[in-house]
Amino acid sequence: MLDYVTGYLSSNVTPGQAGNWVWALIYILLIFLGISLAVMGMVWLERKILAHMQIRLGPMRVGPHGLLQPIADSLKLLLKEDIIPENADKVVFWLAPLMVVIAAFTVFIVIPFGPTHAVTDMNIGILFMLGVSSLGVLGIIMAGWASNSHYPLMGSLRSSAQMVSYEIAMGLAVVSAVLMTSFNAGGSGTLSMIGIVQAQAAQHTWFAFKFFPLGLVALFVFAVAMVAETNRAPFDLPEAESELVAGFHTEYSGFRWSLFFLAEYTAMLAVSSIAVTLWLGGWMRPFPSWHGPAITIPNFWEHAAPLGAVDFAFSLVPAVCFFVLAAFAFIGTLRMPKHPLMKIQKGGLGALALVLAGIGLVLLIPPVRDRIQDIFWFVAKVAVFMYLYIWYRGTFPRYRFDQLMKLGWKVMLPMGLGVLIATAVVGVLV
Amino acid sequence: MVPITTLHYLVVAAALFVLGTIGVLTRRNVVIILMSIELILNAVNLNLVAFSRLYGLHGQVFAVFVITDAAAEAAVGLGILIAFFRNKETVNMDEVDLLKW
Amino acid sequence: MNPVATPFFFYFLSAMALISGVLVITRKNPVHSAIALIFTLLSLAGLYLMLYAPFVAGVQIILYAGGIMVLFLFVIMLVSVSRVERESQFNKQWLVGIAATAALGVLFILVYAKGKSVFPERTVQLPEQLNTQQVAVWLYGTYMLPFEIASLLLLVAIVGAVVMAKKRI
Repeated sequence: MLDYVTGYLSSNVTPGQAGNWVWALIYILLIFLGISLAVMGMVWLERKILAHMQIRLGPMRVGPHGLLQPIADSLKLLLKEDIIPENADKVVFWLAPLMVVIAAFTVFIVIPFGPTHAVTDMNIGILFMLGVSSLGVLGIIMAGWASNSHYPLMGSLRSSAQMVSYEIAMGLAVVSAVLMTSFNAGGSGTLSMIGIVQAQAAQHTWFAFKFFPLGLVALFVFAVAMVAETNRAPFDLPEAESELVAGFHTEYSGFRWSLFFLAEYTAMLAVSSIAVTLWLGGWMRPFPSWHGPAITIPNFWEHAAPLGAVDFAFSLVPAVCFFVLAAFAFIGTLRMPKHPLMKIQKGGLGALALVLAGIGLVLLIPPVRDRIQDIFWFVAKVAVFMYLYIWYRGTFPRYRFDQLMKLGWKVMLPMGLGVLIATAVVGVLV
Repeated sequence: MVPITTLHYLVVAAALFVLGTIGVLTRRNVVIILMSIELILNAVNLNLVAFSRLYGLHGQVFAVFVITDAAAEAAVGLGILIAFFRNKETVNMDEVDLLKW
Repeated sequence: MNPVATPFFFYFLSAMALISGVLVITRKNPVHSAIALIFTLLSLAGLYLMLYAPFVAGVQIILYAGGIMVLFLFVIMLVSVSRVERESQFNKQWLVGIAATAALGVLFILVYAKGKSVFPERTVQLPEQLNTQQVAVWLYGTYMLPFEIASLLLLVAIVGAVVMAKKRI
């Protein structure tokens, strides 16, 4: 058993390519759990960050600093009554949230969290991702139509028009990034997600900074289009509460509503992962080809091998991050009011600090450190995009529908086309 | 079980083609007729891709062309449908019996 | 890597394609037909994957299921009339239509039965890893002119759709 595990850990292909379905299943389960946890965390963070942007406190009651709020939220959603409207089309009403969730989660099959940390590596990876994520819009239309009510129908019509328009700009931006993979020494591009990151490693640059400013412009087009694709502010017209109540999910309640919610945040994570993989170097750390002077670290688990100083410093970052989080939690514990009622909260926060510090210590172990680095950098880059989503929501006013269409067709589409052509021309000339 | 040969795929494609033809010939709703046309095009595509395993990649290239045609056909067909619906308040094919009004 | 359980997946996917194909042409409500058609398209994409055509499968999902079907659903919602469901669904020539298609089906079966020996037994082993590159080489090499004509066709279709559907241009 242990041999099996260690035997896998030393392999250098994804489980899907190795045909190892046990590990593929384990990866799928881990990704599913990780995404669900990340969504719960996102909900808490979004409320907290929005609150702090508006000089409020946000959830404070359930747990220390509202840390248990997501659990309370999900319990509430699961216990709520699940209403199916009288005149709704039952089958389609039941199918729609499933379709949205499946489309959002299936995308994660090809996302590379590290050189071997993906369920599988398809040679049509990015095409598959774009295709499957575009299936989500079908679920939204079905939900709006099956509700047999006006607001959801309007919301889903808006949503489908918006998502179809912005998909084109998104596709053009993606094509310009795929085109960049072909400017290797070998001269052959790739659509595979792992191949795209490896091409960035081979060209010693993130594609966001290649052919400055072309990569950045493409990333900008993609970043705008991905906000529109996921129906988030400032492009959240399909669920604009001042105009359409809640858009396509007005008639949904309880568990089905929470499926839509889960799908929305999962789709946000998915498109952010695409952006990270295509333009921000995927699992690679910042300055991946800067190793620094070789140093020898005394190492109790393995033989001491010479290692670049910069490599070593960057490999400590994940553990340090957890130590910083633990320190925050610990300071929070110390600053709790000395009231007998706060005793449980104080204990909880202290335990959280200990757990975080423990994870930090585990991350210091050299084999773990080597393995976990890739995942850490990937997740950190995705987290930046998720913070941007919240920031947009706190900052920008909502677009009007005609402005949205004008932006999509008259600004983003020509911009994407221009970047694509310019990338091709520069790539041939350079 | 018998191994899957090209003939298996061709039979599936033929069945889909026949289904699509029935839809085009017998339904009244224009939207469903257009969808039946999509079924026919997909049957053709399956045929082309199945043959590409026998004779090389030409079949797959043609399948891409057929998908392009399907997109163009759907756009124009649905545009005509909207114009028609605006004038006659119906989507039934057998009520399209005027050349001019 | 050899594909696993090929016969099972083939029968599963083709059964799904055919059953939802039957649903497409029998449902009263066009939205139900459209959803059935989506399932047909997705299972056909699976069949393309089994035929070592990953690029066509990807294009099928992204263009058909994600593009054309959205257009269909959009238009169905624009023109939805509840009256349609209560009217008769089949036109007056349905008997002739079914007879004609049955004849077509018999023709297919005869051709396949007779022509079994025409198809070569060998299959070309297409390298799956290079599929996309090779399709691209064909598209931009031998089929350059048809490719350009296809882009022109799409442009014409866009203009045509706008002219048809827009009230005042």
